[in-house]
Amino acid sequence: MIQRMLASALIAGFAAGLLAAVLHFAFIQELIFLGEKYETGALVHFAGAGELAPADDHAHAEGTGAHSHESTLAETEVDGGNNDVIRMALTVLFTGLLYVAYGLILVAGFSMAERFGQVIGPREGVLWGVAGFAALQMAPAMGLAPELPGTVAADIALRQVWWLGTVLATGGGLALIGYGRGVMFIALGCALIAAPHVIGAPHLETFSGVAPPEVSAEFAARVLGVGLAAWVALGWGAAKLWNNTAT
Amino acid sequence: MNAMTQTAATSTSAILSIVFVALMGATLLFVAGHAQSATLHDAAHDMRHGTGFPCH
Repeated sequence: MIQRMLASALIAGFAAGLLAAVLHFAFIQELIFLGEKYETGALVHFAGAGELAPADDHAHAEGTGAHSHESTLAETEVDGGNNDVIRMALTVLFTGLLYVAYGLILVAGFSMAERFGQVIGPREGVLWGVAGFAALQMAPAMGLAPELPGTVAADIALRQVWWLGTVLATGGGLALIGYGRGVMFIALGCALIAAPHVIGAPHLETFSGVAPPEVSAEFAARVLGVGLAAWVALGWGAAKLWNNTAT
Repeated sequence: MNAMTQTAATSTSAILSIVFVALMGATLLFVAGHAQSATLHDAAHDMRHGTGFPCH
């Protein structure tokens, strides 16, 4: 049984991770690079420059600006890897690992559901994938929007605690709604899903983003779109393998 | 019937397997998504931003 779980999770997770990585490079990476240009000052969002920096009509007008941007750009490059190839390879590797992790949790859920007499076929797998996306990406994003590099946000530990609480509450709530019997389960599920948003995610008092809001908005939407696609693939694939290896 | 009896008999080990796999997933999720060690953070940086994890 553990072999069946591991095989489904590893194969489907890695495949979904590869899909996510491809979509990451197609939709997200360019915005990360763009965000970093604003983060380091290589680009300046002129419309907001009046508040955040000395008024300046053009990003490249000042010699001092150019000087500081070169040093910070160099830092960023070291930060993300020695060059773009290593950086991209690490992104592929970690996206693969992440989706294997998602896959392991998903398949543990399949196995639990099966013990309660539920049959998990590819169709259910797609629904589980959508639910997994909702619990692990969509719901946390409603409080902590996907951050373009350069976004200044609240304390990382507080955000991680809220993130984890939201994931657990949303996942548990969806399970109660999907598999619970009776109105009480549905009501409890709804309450669980709502709770983290009633409590509220940790936020700073002020906004100090340096990138144009259009870039951040597009980034957040693309992150969620890519996540949904990869999660549906993960759910379908894991359930297909899970079903095929049923004894 | 036979399968059901078998399932009942191996109930504890089955639950343990489920818990083990779930914990493995959670650990891997923590390492890939949340661990703040500088090396891990830098290596996973673009993936964390690209999947909506609180990054830094």
